[in-house]
Amino acid sequence: MVGQAVGRWRIYSVILASVARAMLPLLLVFSLFLLWRGHNEPGGGFTGGLVAAAGFALYAMAFQPRSVRRVIRVDLRTLMGAGLLCAAAAGVIGMAQNKPFMTGVWISWQGPEGIAVEIGTPFLFDVGVYLVVFSVTLSIILSKAEER
Amino acid sequence: MNLLVLPVLVPMVAAASSLLLWKSVSAQRLVALLGALGLALVNGMIFARTQTGEILVLGFGNWPAPFGIAFVADRLAGIMLLATGVIAVAVQIYSFSGIDSDRESFGFYPLTLILLMGVSGAFLTGDIFNLYVWFEVLLIASFVLMSLGGERLQLQGAVKYVTLNLVSSALFLTALGLLNGSLGTLNMAHLSERVAEAGDPGFTTALAVLFLVAFSIKSALFPLYGWLPASYHTPPAAVSALFAGLLTKVGVYALIRTFTLIFTQDPGFTHQLVLLPLAAMTILAGGMGFWVQHDMRRAFAFAIVASVGVALVGLAMTGIPGSEAARTLALAGALAYVFQTMLVKTQLFLMAGIVRRAMGSCDLRTIGGLAATAPWLAAMAMIGLLAFAGVPPLSGFAPKVAVLRASLDLQQGWVAACILAGSVLALAGVARIWSEAFWKKPLHRPDESEQDQPANALARIVPVTGLALCIVALGLGAGTVFDAAEAAARQLLDPSAYIRAVLGGGP
Repeated sequence: MVGQAVGRWRIYSVILASVARAMLPLLLVFSLFLLWRGHNEPGGGFTGGLVAAAGFALYAMAFQPRSVRRVIRVDLRTLMGAGLLCAAAAGVIGMAQNKPFMTGVWISWQGPEGIAVEIGTPFLFDVGVYLVVFSVTLSIILSKAEER
Repeated sequence: MNLLVLPVLVPMVAAASSLLLWKSVSAQRLVALLGALGLALVNGMIFARTQTGEILVLGFGNWPAPFGIAFVADRLAGIMLLATGVIAVAVQIYSFSGIDSDRESFGFYPLTLILLMGVSGAFLTGDIFNLYVWFEVLLIASFVLMSLGGERLQLQGAVKYVTLNLVSSALFLTALGLLNGSLGTLNMAHLSERVAEAGDPGFTTALAVLFLVAFSIKSALFPLYGWLPASYHTPPAAVSALFAGLLTKVGVYALIRTFTLIFTQDPGFTHQLVLLPLAAMTILAGGMGFWVQHDMRRAFAFAIVASVGVALVGLAMTGIPGSEAARTLALAGALAYVFQTMLVKTQLFLMAGIVRRAMGSCDLRTIGGLAATAPWLAAMAMIGLLAFAGVPPLSGFAPKVAVLRASLDLQQGWVAACILAGSVLALAGVARIWSEAFWKKPLHRPDESEQDQPANALARIVPVTGLALCIVALGLGAGTVFDAAEAAARQLLDPSAYIRAVLGGGP
């Protein structure tokens, strides 16, 4: 099957390309939802990162693996490093208050009309996990797909 | 007690930073060196704290044990951490000129830092499931380091290495599941209490043997050591030196920890009947392999096996009924031996890397003449080789004599015979390596292209020299070293202080 050039990338199936283009933002939003929800309910950084990576994997199948690196813009290794630093920072923040490593620290914000937001270091840790899982999974998938 | 998390945190932050600095190899080198120096510093501080006999405990997230994961540093952990720091610095310096630029730019530095993080975590954790996690962290990093570069020979080695280590991990995980199912806890101090009061010692003993098999693959115990000589000679010298110094010793550490703290319910079976003969056979198997191998690095891989045997003989003899003093002596000898062998094996593998650079090969049949062409290297090699053989006054002598003496005190003459036979084999192998590689005229002259660039040689010879000085110092200060090891052995043989430190007043 010979692909045809559409825009910058060569595609092999119009159906797959259209679906992938529509699904990518949906999956990314869903992955962020999973990340957010994961603190108290099923979900979290790990599953969120996997879903986000799956979205880009679909994109890589429809277009070319190279296109994904272009779409993400940031080097995946930078994301890995940033994720590790986030997770480490989540532990260190507790240490700054002279409590054991990884002790949760929370800040809360009382908004108008009874809106209350609480955000804490466990969420930061989850963000780190999300970034590491996303970037590691995706770089494994992409390097396998580019290999030939 | 946040000091205890630093041996994990320092390499982790350094690894993350070197990932962010992916584009610049020289920045990665700097970060890796700083990470290794920082690790050595915090490990040295923890070692100094544990030398007072204090047991440091850190409950992550402020959760009390046994509910949360705790990091615990006793004298044993302090000793292992100290050696880890020294090895980290030596290998990082060596790798500046010992690792080719391809591997450097494909993540050598972040991977070594992650490996160091896993090793530190394994030595510190007080939770047996967390121990499994740290094993996986260091194994994944080592899998990549082992195959990084993708040479044919390397991949052959990596397949064997990965397969057997995955089998071991699967066994470890299975055993963990059964242990948690039957005793309902994973905190090692808590497990120690529960095993002591468990109603079904037969089942616990079966579990102990499952753990023994899993850990003995990791620590290269007879008959499951085959993966080690099949793979350690394939990656570059800096990688195999790091593996030689640290990886099998994590397995040895896990055996020492679990078989002094947790599985002491039936020592007549687990220690005396199972572990002791296997460890004694390991000494012989390693010694024979060391004696007959033609490739210098393969010979050193067998040397690792032999020294694991000596250390585990010391551990196994703690299960023999006899005088308390003799059992302490056996374990103290084992601990002192492990500490010095970590440095010796790293030094030997780094030295083999220099030989390979200078001669283009490590094959003892073709290389030669190094005593004349590289006299300083030859002198350093002599120190490492003789320390392995256990020649006084170098570091290998006193601990081996302690284990030997303990085996006679405990009426295990055949063990003493195995240790002596192992020493004879080691000495024969050392004599052969010396006369082949350093004295005889080489059959094969390296081409100009294969030869060493002298400008880079300093970064390679400095760590080898530094480790050699450590080995001499450990040999000359054998009394001090042995006192520290004996105190650590006493602490291990009476785990009540460890349990009290972790669990507080009561569970």
